[in-house]
Amino acid sequence: MNGSFFRSMLWLHGWAGLLAGWLLYAIFLTGSATYFRSEISHWMRPELGFTADAKDDAQIADAALRRLRAIGGDAERWRVTLPNAREPATEIHLWRKSGKEPSFVHEWLDPATGAPSPARATLGGDFLYYFHFDLRMPSIWGRLLVGFAAIVMLVALVSGVVAHKRIFADFFTFRPDATRQRAWLDGHNIAGVLALPFHLVITYTGLVTLMFLYMPWGIHIAYQGRAQALLAEAGVVAPTPAVSDPAPLAPIALPLAEARRRWEGGRAGVIDIYRPGEIGTLIELTRDASETLAYRYDKLRFIGPDGRSIPQSPPSSVVATQMTMYGLHVGRFADAALRAGLFVCGSTATATIGTGLVLWSVSARRRDTSRIGMFLVERLNLGVIVGLPIAVAAYFWANRLFPSASPDRLLGEPMMFFSTWIAVFLVSLLPWRRAPWAPMLVVAAGAFAALPIADAAAYRSGEIASYDRVFLGFDVTMAAIGCAFAAIATKLREERPSAKIIDQTPKREFVP
Amino acid sequence: MSRLLHRVAAKRRFEIFSRTVAAVVGGYAFASLFVVAVSISSRDARADAVLTGMMTSFVVYVGAFLWCFSASSALRAWLGLLLCALPFAAAALSASRSVW
Repeated sequence: MNGSFFRSMLWLHGWAGLLAGWLLYAIFLTGSATYFRSEISHWMRPELGFTADAKDDAQIADAALRRLRAIGGDAERWRVTLPNAREPATEIHLWRKSGKEPSFVHEWLDPATGAPSPARATLGGDFLYYFHFDLRMPSIWGRLLVGFAAIVMLVALVSGVVAHKRIFADFFTFRPDATRQRAWLDGHNIAGVLALPFHLVITYTGLVTLMFLYMPWGIHIAYQGRAQALLAEAGVVAPTPAVSDPAPLAPIALPLAEARRRWEGGRAGVIDIYRPGEIGTLIELTRDASETLAYRYDKLRFIGPDGRSIPQSPPSSVVATQMTMYGLHVGRFADAALRAGLFVCGSTATATIGTGLVLWSVSARRRDTSRIGMFLVERLNLGVIVGLPIAVAAYFWANRLFPSASPDRLLGEPMMFFSTWIAVFLVSLLPWRRAPWAPMLVVAAGAFAALPIADAAAYRSGEIASYDRVFLGFDVTMAAIGCAFAAIATKLREERPSAKIIDQTPKREFVP
Repeated sequence: MSRLLHRVAAKRRFEIFSRTVAAVVGGYAFASLFVVAVSISSRDARADAVLTGMMTSFVVYVGAFLWCFSASSALRAWLGLLLCALPFAAAALSASRSVW
């Protein structure tokens, strides 16, 4: 098509990039933020501090199990996620047997007492995490859209690389003072090539995390559609025990001590208890995610009433590969420094997509693009590229602005995110003569740079229990992001008079 | 002359539409057949076969997608896809016979 292979690939790169670009930008931006999911949650629950006297895991687990028993009901399964270096609170989940309501309970607990945490009810970093792969859309639609966008991302990456005959030469080319289109292109190429392995790996492993949804046909033919049967046969999940007579649970200290011995000092991060309080109860310990590259891979199983371990064969190398891909995607193995590096890579991917979108609208001026098409692309670019960061800042602001005991917070914070985003879209679609890039960038800069000031106010009013390294890191990062937006805004302002290519459409000016 | 240009533009639009359907729908169908064929390739290590199929399917999808836009015509894109799908389809069919 288009005469040659290279031109076909360039054409495909442009159109695939444009059509999935806005969605991909949102996925990559929120996904990068998710590397700091626990830290964002910690910042959004300022009442909680890391307790100095780290208690014994067995005591924390016992306290959590007491709480689960108190919630009661016919539980199918309990889950206790123990606190760790990043997460100060214990997290519990309870799944009831089918037909009982509510079917699912989720709570944060104080590790020492097992009482519900006094922290404000916020989704914290979890909102950005979920938005990253389900766009907060009902049912599976968000996930399907994200999956398709990921395929298009791979297509755009491969076509972008093949279309690029002189990729390494261009990597060392940056001409910020050349024409605007050339500068954007150089920026796009550098950001794209610099972290190319990261872009490829993160996109592919992202598809693997949801492959049971995207490619279920093998399960249909080999397991009649029963994914649980496949997972049980592969040793990934425990086979569900049959209903049996009541029996008390062995002290959880036994399995925890056994796990420590087997993992040579390694620590259990998650405790799953299937059919608690029965003879057939099964306890499953999963090693803390920070200790393994493969995610949720190291597991030990125990008999509930006596706490004896159940021998099991190690999972196959295929399962190990799958779980390693999963682990590479979620990055839970990374320590603070490596996670910061991953965040930079993720931001580079976001920047590649953003510059690509801008490049499309800049080069569209040279092509035969309809006026309305150009208007829409440019304004949507603004609404997504600058609008989404503003919406994220608004989400953080909502956390500090709602009164701390407000019952509307759980809905209010995400509402603030979406309504701010829509507001930015509407403002940028107003019939300005030019898309208001600089003013919006200034708004974004202000929204982020002022967050540390809000923190200072919260600290003075005693809202923050202890201003630890997480708060310091968050405030520094927000200030840095604010400065980055301010720098881009200044650059745009400086260049406005001379930059005829991007800021003006001399022949066909759009005046509504 | 302008009528000719118009016809060329319409033909190009149809080409692009056809390639897009081939890439998005045909590519997914092709990857699905591949997954099915890999999943039934081993009776002893059934779980491993199914997981391997799923994990590698996205390479197949992306490859098929790119093929549909690099083939010299939309017709060739479709034919190439069908030709490559034949062995997988045959494997899947024979398996479904032995299952039911």
